[in-house]
Amino acid sequence: MAEPKVLTFLCNWCSYGGADLAGGMHLDVPDGIRVVRVMCSGRVDAQMILEGFRAGADGVLVLGCHPGDCHYKTGNMSAQNRMALVANLLGQFGIAPGRFRLDWVSAGEGERFSQVVTEMIDTVRELGPLTLHAQEHMEVGT
Amino acid sequence: MTKPKVAFYWCASCGGCEEAVVDLNEAVLDVVAAVDICFWPVALDFKVSDVEALADGEIAVTFLNGAIRTDEQHHMAKLLRQKSGLMIAFGSCSHLGGIPALANLTTREEIFRTSYLQSPTVDNPGGTLPQKSTTIDGNEFTIPGFWSQVYTLDQVVDVDYYLPGCAPNPELLAAAVGAVLKGELPEKGSVIGPDKALCDTCSRRETKTPNKKLSRLYRPHEIIIDPEICFLDQGVVCCGPATRSGCGEKCIDGNMPCTGCSGPAPGVTDQGAKMLTALATMFDADTPEGAKAMADQVVDPAGTFMRYSVAASALGRRVEEEKS
Repeated sequence: MAEPKVLTFLCNWCSYGGADLAGGMHLDVPDGIRVVRVMCSGRVDAQMILEGFRAGADGVLVLGCHPGDCHYKTGNMSAQNRMALVANLLGQFGIAPGRFRLDWVSAGEGERFSQVVTEMIDTVRELGPLTLHAQEHMEVGT
Repeated sequence: MTKPKVAFYWCASCGGCEEAVVDLNEAVLDVVAAVDICFWPVALDFKVSDVEALADGEIAVTFLNGAIRTDEQHHMAKLLRQKSGLMIAFGSCSHLGGIPALANLTTREEIFRTSYLQSPTVDNPGGTLPQKSTTIDGNEFTIPGFWSQVYTLDQVVDVDYYLPGCAPNPELLAAAVGAVLKGELPEKGSVIGPDKALCDTCSRRETKTPNKKLSRLYRPHEIIIDPEICFLDQGVVCCGPATRSGCGEKCIDGNMPCTGCSGPAPGVTDQGAKMLTALATMFDADTPEGAKAMADQVVDPAGTFMRYSVAASALGRRVEEEKS
């Protein structure tokens, strides 16, 4: 398949810093990721994740600060609670668990950033492209 | 002066929306006095050929309830769209897919297997499944084709306005008919209803706690619900935060939580995802295990948050080739 597209939400205070550091360190970062910087992983609404899949993402990755390190104290814990429920919902829609991941990357973890996004892209590449049927034309019934 | 023509039609629906029309009670007489009902299969004996005989756009407004899942419903939706000046999606099913659209979480094959082969009350030794066409003694019999997916009305034809609810509040219907008659219609594509979330108008609004933390969720049969207190404060999932007001709050008054039939609140694009987001924010958990334990208490997330809106949701239907 073509390089998979992974919509990647990075929190402003930790994970985006980690991504920046990975760039500064000239680490490998797969070009399939599409980065959206948000102020906090707790800002990532389930609507954004579903809309990401609808808009053509083969996977969605949400990265935030490590537990205890959230700039807003508990935003990443909100994300953790929310993503647990999103994962269950996506299961009902038949979306493979590997297409969706929440993880933690600090501003000092350039290597970890590179590793997590590479793993995510590899997993999604293995799963193949995601095809949604929602917008397809009606088919003739049987 | 000739009275404007109005049509009512139903597709994949339960008939409750037709009840909403009847629930206008004596106000229905005002409607009948002001308009000429030219097609209403559930109540009046007009035929499809009567609709076909009308000029394009001759019907002032069609209120169509029900989702679209068969060839016939698609045909009728297109025909009525062509003959009508305004097409109003009436009720949750035509607005968002409604209860029938929960079928989008399974497949046509699975539905046929359950309904015609596996159901304990079915005796079908030949394993016969519905066919579009059957020939018996040289005569061909046909039934409408059954689609593999349920659609909202606006996914198959152009829709002018939406009247939300399961079934819509008769007051909203009366208001819509009044607006059509007076020509005081809002912008095309509007939902005819208040631009507020249900929580904003809820009678229990004052009892809700800000920043609440829930350590246990209850389904309505698992708890005796206090009739005064905010459902969410009691750990009962209530879709008020993500749902539009205007329903008349009969469920709340009946001490049952909102299930979301009036569709997304203003500004919400995906009602189910928004409600999920709102609820999970209230979970009292700070470990991955705790988060999962809370999430698992929602037994059927799609059926809880998207009970009426699977077809209209961003995902629309189950992805069949994936293993979950």
